[in-house]
Amino acid sequence: MKGFFQNLLQWLVATLRVVAITTVGTGVGYLLGIGLSFLLTLLTTGTGVLDFTSPAGVVLGSFFAIPAFSWSVSGYGPVTKGFLLLTVSGLVGYLVGVGLDSIIMKSFRPTAPVPSAFSLLFAFTAFFFGVYGYRGITRGLVYQVVWTLIGGFIVTGIRALMGLSAFGGFFFTEPAWVFGALVGAVAFLFGVGVMDDWVKWARGMDTPEFHEDEPGWEKYLGVSLDHKVIGVQYTVTALFLIAVGGTFALIFRTELAASGLQFLNVGMNLFGQNGPQLYNTLMSLHGMIMIVSILLGIAGIINYAVPMLVGAHDMAFPRLNAFAYWVSVPAAVLLLMSLVLGGFDTGWTGYPPLSVKAPVGQQMFFLGVFIAGWSSILGALNVIATVVRMRAKGMTAMRLPILVWASVATSIIALTATQLIGLSFQLVMFQRLFGMGFFDPAKGGNPVLFQHLFWFYSHPAVYVFVLPGLGVISELLPVFVRKPLFGYRWVAMSSLGIALVGFLVWAHHMFTSGMNEYLRVPFMYSTLLVAVPTGVKFFSWVATIWNGKIETPTPMLFVLGGIVVFLMGGLSGPPNATVSVDLHLHDTYFIVGHFHDTIFGGFVFPFFAAIYYWFPKATGRRMSEFWGKVHFWLMTPAFFVLTFGMMRVGLLGMRRRIADYDPAQGFDTTHLILTIAAFAIALSVLIFLINFFHSIKHGEKAEGNVWNSRSPEWQVPSPMPAHNYETPFEVVGEPYDYGLPGSKYIEFMPAQGGKH
Amino acid sequence: MRHFVIVGILVIALAVLTYVGLNSAGLMPVPASAQAVPIDWLWDIQVKAMSFLFALIVVPMLYSLLVFRRKKGDTTDGVHVEGNTTLEVVWTIIPLVMVLGIAYIGAQNLGETRRVDPDAMVVNVTGFQWGWSFEYPEYGITSKELYLPVNKQVLLKMTSRDVIHSFWVPEFRVKQDLVPGRITELRITPTTLGDFYKVRCAEICGTSHAYMEQPVIVVEKVAFDTWVSEQQALAAEAGQTPEGRGKALVAANGCGACHSIDGAKGVGPTWFQLAGSEVPLSGGGTVVADDAYLKESILQPQAKIVAGFETQQMPTYNFTDEQVADIIAYIKTLR
Repeated sequence: MKGFFQNLLQWLVATLRVVAITTVGTGVGYLLGIGLSFLLTLLTTGTGVLDFTSPAGVVLGSFFAIPAFSWSVSGYGPVTKGFLLLTVSGLVGYLVGVGLDSIIMKSFRPTAPVPSAFSLLFAFTAFFFGVYGYRGITRGLVYQVVWTLIGGFIVTGIRALMGLSAFGGFFFTEPAWVFGALVGAVAFLFGVGVMDDWVKWARGMDTPEFHEDEPGWEKYLGVSLDHKVIGVQYTVTALFLIAVGGTFALIFRTELAASGLQFLNVGMNLFGQNGPQLYNTLMSLHGMIMIVSILLGIAGIINYAVPMLVGAHDMAFPRLNAFAYWVSVPAAVLLLMSLVLGGFDTGWTGYPPLSVKAPVGQQMFFLGVFIAGWSSILGALNVIATVVRMRAKGMTAMRLPILVWASVATSIIALTATQLIGLSFQLVMFQRLFGMGFFDPAKGGNPVLFQHLFWFYSHPAVYVFVLPGLGVISELLPVFVRKPLFGYRWVAMSSLGIALVGFLVWAHHMFTSGMNEYLRVPFMYSTLLVAVPTGVKFFSWVATIWNGKIETPTPMLFVLGGIVVFLMGGLSGPPNATVSVDLHLHDTYFIVGHFHDTIFGGFVFPFFAAIYYWFPKATGRRMSEFWGKVHFWLMTPAFFVLTFGMMRVGLLGMRRRIADYDPAQGFDTTHLILTIAAFAIALSVLIFLINFFHSIKHGEKAEGNVWNSRSPEWQVPSPMPAHNYETPFEVVGEPYDYGLPGSKYIEFMPAQGGKH
Repeated sequence: MRHFVIVGILVIALAVLTYVGLNSAGLMPVPASAQAVPIDWLWDIQVKAMSFLFALIVVPMLYSLLVFRRKKGDTTDGVHVEGNTTLEVVWTIIPLVMVLGIAYIGAQNLGETRRVDPDAMVVNVTGFQWGWSFEYPEYGITSKELYLPVNKQVLLKMTSRDVIHSFWVPEFRVKQDLVPGRITELRITPTTLGDFYKVRCAEICGTSHAYMEQPVIVVEKVAFDTWVSEQQALAAEAGQTPEGRGKALVAANGCGACHSIDGAKGVGPTWFQLAGSEVPLSGGGTVVADDAYLKESILQPQAKIVAGFETQQMPTYNFTDEQVADIIAYIKTLR
């Protein structure tokens, strides 16, 4: 008992120290921020105004809080150094931006978007410089920043020669920004080094088939061809974007806690946007950043697991695989740039004509999505090629691990539909840049056409998001109930069924859009058909669980949570599919609640399950069970409250994407509860992140078959070596024959020399 | 077998409880149109289906978790059951029949919400950033409020001047987008008197999307006729003077959505004490707001941008010279 109290005391002291140092850091930044804005008002108007709610205080406060937190937790290591450099060069970038802006625009504009853009780019780059030095990702980011400027100045020069306006309200004109951003994104790829081998081949030089990775964590910040490294890179990038998108959600969720505009009001100004504009930008970016994070998250699971599950030593095209990952990084940077370059207010859907009128941030958003699409398409191509060509001996179609089936189904959609969102966004980009009237009725264009093109990808995309997650559920359930997966063939085929039917339902997003009225009925039929293969999955899961010997470690908790949450999403779907009821539900918070249920159930819960499950395989250690359970039991109830509340206010008349709501509708109390629930979810994810990063070094050792699984990757010690299995294996039985004595899924073949 | 009986009873109990609970919570706003009736009827069927299916999946899951969970010290596997084709076929066919049935009912239901009354009153609806304008072609009047006689079908012919908007009164249920360059239609038959309804834009349309709400008032036929003659008289009176015509134009085009007339800060610069004042421009310099400047700003809004309003693009309007003069006359009265 005494030992317990001593431990508790030590823990308390340590926590207090962290809190104290972080608070001091925040305070210093905050005081500096309001001091600066005081000085600015003094300089510009002659009378200083001490504004305690100035955004500069908030921004600088959080800028200083991060290195302070990092120092208090881990001392002065590479990460703290990175964060310190982040803060310093964020400020330097801001000053450079203000300077350049005031030289060229001939007026002093401290709140103009450009200083913020410079601040963001400098800070990002400096962080990686501090952590990793001038190579890999740092070099990529430096290339991106420099070439964005070079590209911008090239167009600006041409415009000046043509007698067009050279600079605009956002420093560069829109064409200059777009060209610069495109050049910068390409330059990133050369800078980071992912093109090195191809460039050498083009010049007739040979490169080794395999590149040895650096030992330790440093290999994750540069180009690696190992699918497991790339899988981890995808996963960590996805977690970073989830944190960013989640922070955006918290900001506008806080604004929604009561009716009226509290802090995102007309008077405030950040990144050249007033409160409601910033609300729209954050809301829109929350959508797209989360979507990109999901695409990267599923790519992480698939990249990490699929080659191991099929017994391959890597993906079919390792260099293309690395390219697919690295192309998503400049895309993410562009998405974040849209926040500071005036933002945009269309939601993630980017419908014209609104997206034609929005500031230049809209173009950064379009370009970011366009480039992220490459990642998705090329990644999918690689997955299909790997599964078709590189399976172990004896691994026939009906003996594939079920997650592989789901990955193939999802890759078919991503490979063939992603082009459509790229195309539709590209058409709007061209309408803005060159005045082509694709969607402009005044020039014979049609705004509704955009919606068809957009949803032809963006509906199947939902199945891209959830199919791998449903695959994870089907993959992990048998392990933790110690029973075969019920109706393996049906579950496998239902993934393909969902993928194929999913191509025929897109117009159910457009029941109120003004498209041909008679088209609505066939799309109602096709949409409702999706319920059939989805139902097969649910019934098969229940039958798998029934009579099993169920254990509930953390991954299993998230699997079960995922099933129930996805059920909520599935059940709230059909009412949207029936046209007449959808006329009421469309564009309300009912839809918001519905898709958060499908995405959390189909992606977020299974994603966490997959991380808790495969973490020992990647690191040789396991994450804390206790904190995993805290994460689960905090997140799940809060999430139910959140989505039930959303659906409730939606039915009663709460519209989507509004910064404020009519107090007469009586939603204040519900929204306050929703905001509290959102913070509880954020806290649980924070606990997860701390558990994740802490366990990499300090987790309990787990090098064996932690979950007592039959799957091939668990038959060898963790962490997995660079080219996976030392000796190839042969499939000799069914993957999920738990409970059948003496049965085996795989057998390692006797060594016969060569390892590949 | 005992397990199946218990689970069966629990499924039915939970399904009933869920339905009763959801139903008593009052899920939908009050129905105030003839179109709301079939929609609420179909919604109710779907709530019943949802409650049952929720129980059907959740009960056996939770039951298994409680009853079949691994006992301490037990290290054996579960029973080896690989599947059951009959069961799989059953739970494919039954849902298939169910969804086809729902789709059929849904199509019928959609037809009911679109039933045409040939005597419907036509109202031309224009949406713009950020407001609504309602024109009654039969009476020659334009209003900022949507006045409707009870129990009479109204045919809304809708279009948008700038971006896509969406017409939605939650109590009426039905919703339809307004698309620039085309006319979309919506039929509504209000059935309940009230002055608390609001048309709320349901499609994101920019900065003030949240505030694109205007009153909808449902009255008896007699009261409606009185309102129409009042409006006609007001319109005739305003038509006598330039500032009166200007004020009507401003109201019909929704200029007040961005430009306040009392000095309040809005999306666009205020018109209060604007005429004759010195206006600071974006990028430095000022300009005196004389008639020429006001005319230019109305017809070519991007020619000179007022400092602090760089991120908002005012749409272009095709007013005649007389109309512009009327609007300027009205702006001059605001001081």
